[in-house]
Amino acid sequence: MGFNGSEPSAPAPTPVPALATALKIAVVGPLGVGKTTLVTSVSEISPLTTEETMTREGARIDVLGHRSTKTTTTVAMDFGRISLGESIVLYLFGTPGQERFWFLWDGLVDGALGAVVLVDVRRLEESFDVLERLERRGSAFIVAANGFPEAPVYPVETLRQALDLPDGVPVLNFDARSRADCRRVLIALTEYLLALSRLPRADQDDQAAREQVRSSQG
Amino acid sequence: MTRARPMPELDDQDARDLARIYVITGGRVGPSGRTTIDLVTLVGAMAAESAGRAPEHRAILRMCRTPLSAAELSAHLRLPFSATAVLIDDLLSAGLVITRAPRTQVLPDPELLQEVLRGLQRL
Ligand SMILES: Nc1nc2c(ncn2[C@@H]2O[C@H](COP(=O)(O)OP(=O)(O)O)[C@@H](O)[C@H]2O)c(=O)[nH]1
Ligand SMILES: [Mg+2]
Repeated sequence: MGFNGSEPSAPAPTPVPALATALKIAVVGPLGVGKTTLVTSVSEISPLTTEETMTREGARIDVLGHRSTKTTTTVAMDFGRISLGESIVLYLFGTPGQERFWFLWDGLVDGALGAVVLVDVRRLEESFDVLERLERRGSAFIVAANGFPEAPVYPVETLRQALDLPDGVPVLNFDARSRADCRRVLIALTEYLLALSRLPRADQDDQAAREQVRSSQG
Repeated sequence: MTRARPMPELDDQDARDLARIYVITGGRVGPSGRTTIDLVTLVGAMAAESAGRAPEHRAILRMCRTPLSAAELSAHLRLPFSATAVLIDDLLSAGLVITRAPRTQVLPDPELLQEVLRGLQRL
């Protein structure tokens, strides 16, 4: 883990800034499930938006000289920040789980601590492909069902069955508008990651293998 | 920043935005121009100002007197992430900023996770 800066060549004797350890968590789920609400509830800054401009396969971004720009799409991600003491900064990125955006969030999930998959119990099926994809990649994730007042509340074991989740994956009911609830979700993810990190390497692989068998048996 | 080609007529806001990005990054955005800058690479200024650079470069130097992530810089500059990453790379090559890459291990060590957990519990 290095400072990959170069030798200071400028004469101005600016002190070298202390850079914290940055970590990111991906918050994934379909439109309207509560991703931005969750990020807003726990972030210490007003959520910000970063965008990426995607160009269609083969198209280059140097549009100058091309009259048509209809091959470009802009995808936005909301994100927030939580400083944990002096030395750790946690960033939360909310990103849509639809297939056409996977290219963007693959880059996000790579190198993320883990993911929180948000589900709305009235449309669980919209989260199936996201879950499948995370499982296939071997990414660590938990599932949090955002409780909308007009929706029924199911026991987490019912949700686990309906979503066909392996036994170890934490499932929670929560309210994305509640800061305490969102904090509880992040704590559950971190505890789960901690438990995974304490498994010996071989067991981590074994467990992944077991879970794969279990989920393929359905 | 010099432009080799004349600015074509652009018929909508998207096109103007793309043109602006193209100009300030010297066209180095896109699949061939990928940098190693991550969304949460932290950037800290090594110099207060740098005359002669593009306004976007100078804005980055001002903003990251207190270190900020590349994603935050992109949001404040209202530039796509990949364009922001190119600008950060420029400043890095010139020794005007330092960066710290994020943790990218699949599972970080238990000590770091413990620290995260304690931090969250204190929130
Ligand atoms: N009643 C209720 N509404 C919510 C909750 N979470 C989000 N919403 C609302 O649902 C809508 C979509 O939420 P948003 O966070 O923007 O979803 P996103 O598309 O996943 O980012 C917004 O109007 C929110 O105010 C919740 O827990 N309860
Ligand atoms: Mg949103």
